[in-house]
Amino acid sequence: MISTRTTDVVVIGAGQAGLAMSRCLTDRSIDHVVLERSEVANSWTSERWDSLRLLTPNWMSRLPGFSYRGDDPDGYMTALEVAAHLDTYRRSFDAPVRSGVSVTRISSAEGSHVVETSEGPWHCRVVVMATGACSDPHIPAIADEMPARVNQITPIDYRNPGQIGTGGVLVVGASASGLQIADELARAGREVTLAVGDHVRLPRTYRGMDIHWWMDTIGQLDERYDEVEDLARARRLPSLQLVGTPDHRTLGLNTVAAEGVSLVGRLVGRSGDRAQFSGSFANVCTSADLKQQRLLDRCDEYATEFGLDAELGAPERMARTDVGRPALDLDLRGLETIVWATGFRPQYPWLDDSLLDARGRLVHDGGVLPVRGLYVLGLPFLRRRKSSFLDGVGSDARELSEHMMQSLART
Amino acid sequence: MTTTEITNPAVDNGVNVEALLGARAALTEAPPAGQFTFAASNEWLNGTHSRTTVEKFFGLGAAQSHRQPYSVETDHPEIFAAEDNGPTPPEMMLIGLAGCLTAGVASVAQNRSIQLRSVKATVEGNIDVAGILGIDPDVRNGYSGITVRYEIDADASREELQAVVAQSQKRSAVFDVITNPTSVVVEVA
Repeated sequence: MISTRTTDVVVIGAGQAGLAMSRCLTDRSIDHVVLERSEVANSWTSERWDSLRLLTPNWMSRLPGFSYRGDDPDGYMTALEVAAHLDTYRRSFDAPVRSGVSVTRISSAEGSHVVETSEGPWHCRVVVMATGACSDPHIPAIADEMPARVNQITPIDYRNPGQIGTGGVLVVGASASGLQIADELARAGREVTLAVGDHVRLPRTYRGMDIHWWMDTIGQLDERYDEVEDLARARRLPSLQLVGTPDHRTLGLNTVAAEGVSLVGRLVGRSGDRAQFSGSFANVCTSADLKQQRLLDRCDEYATEFGLDAELGAPERMARTDVGRPALDLDLRGLETIVWATGFRPQYPWLDDSLLDARGRLVHDGGVLPVRGLYVLGLPFLRRRKSSFLDGVGSDARELSEHMMQSLART
Repeated sequence: MTTTEITNPAVDNGVNVEALLGARAALTEAPPAGQFTFAASNEWLNGTHSRTTVEKFFGLGAAQSHRQPYSVETDHPEIFAAEDNGPTPPEMMLIGLAGCLTAGVASVAQNRSIQLRSVKATVEGNIDVAGILGIDPDVRNGYSGITVRYEIDADASREELQAVVAQSQKRSAVFDVITNPTSVVVEVA
């Protein structure tokens, strides 16, 4: 039997974004449901590799009305601990999550929406899409040109080195995922080649403090979408080259090169038995080195301006990325596995195509879609640099719930 | 904040950044107009000597043309038993790379309000001719590596100039075409 249900707001996705929105709506006594295709924090429990830990320290897990209360504020949660953190959050205000409900279609007309789901339609005045930025891995078209016998996986499929054959591995992409996986596979004895394009290099700690403490403290994470010079570029920025480990180690290109990983440029083509890499490797490394230096300079200026120099460690200058003489090609005959750590492109199969641009990206202004009552939450730089962080989605949820109040009041 | 406001009018590298940014904005709105086709016609003269001319191209949805036709003659040097009537074609690649990167340096510097006084670049490409002579199949025909060294005198720190040069590479057509594989189709009419 299919019944018709009605509420004010339907939130799609029960991860950090959906739960933060649910809390804001609960605080405003707005009737809503949170539809979750699986269970709360599903990506964290079933779509991440075993060793993955959060890139931000535990104290940076502030959600609306909730914060970390454990005994290791400077540590980094494992994926399962993140899931537990989010489930505790859900229980803390009894979020109205409906698990195992998948959305198939959203139809909008005159300020009201019908959300078609596996449990039948929901009628509502507002829909918040909070399915996150990291559910749909992007695999570049060049994947089709790779030999059929090569095992091709994405970070969503990857669990641990035991799952990967002993032959050569090509990891494509050197953001957090690609770098961590290349590091882990090299330590497990695999012969790893890492194809590196644009990336964001950062030390794990600087002058004794976590780099995220710095970015939070100097205000970088609070930079707003309507103030940044090139928003499209800021939103495309690859994830930070970081790893969260108990020993707070820095993971970068120099680290994995020292472990025997062969660094090459961006994967750009195949010619016969050889994969070809861009010769721009040195430039992407230089750009990342310079950018890192500018951030550290900002940190130093802040420390001096606010009189923190005495209590912090001495300023450091990092060694340049050693670009060596990167190979321009790789013999595919020795290759057994390709890991496509080439980012994510959120998909919205339930949305009308008219709400997407020519490249299939959602058109929105700080999370507000051009159709009244439609919102998106949890995407990179949605409203500020920290929008996609566990610690950053809350501010966006508050602002969008405020916007929503005006929208609901007008009806 | 618009880019126009942050551009310091006192800085003048002879690049009309406002026009470039205007073109960027206009082409963002009308992507098909950004489809350009550049064309060159080449004619064999004698031996390894030939002349290549550019004049017409297509862009902004219409046929365009240079102020006048420009011709370059290429040849091989005398040590290759040729007449050396002009640069070798691989040297033309270096010329293209240098011209493209330096145009980028001037544009990026202008956009970042950096006054340039002098920009000089030295470009070197290493080639093992065992490739083109067919001596060793494991040696590639093309450059095994290209280095570009900039000497820039400007009102900016070394780091700022490094960033300008890095950004110039990121927006360079010739840098891209040299560093990335490009499909090339050669036919006989």
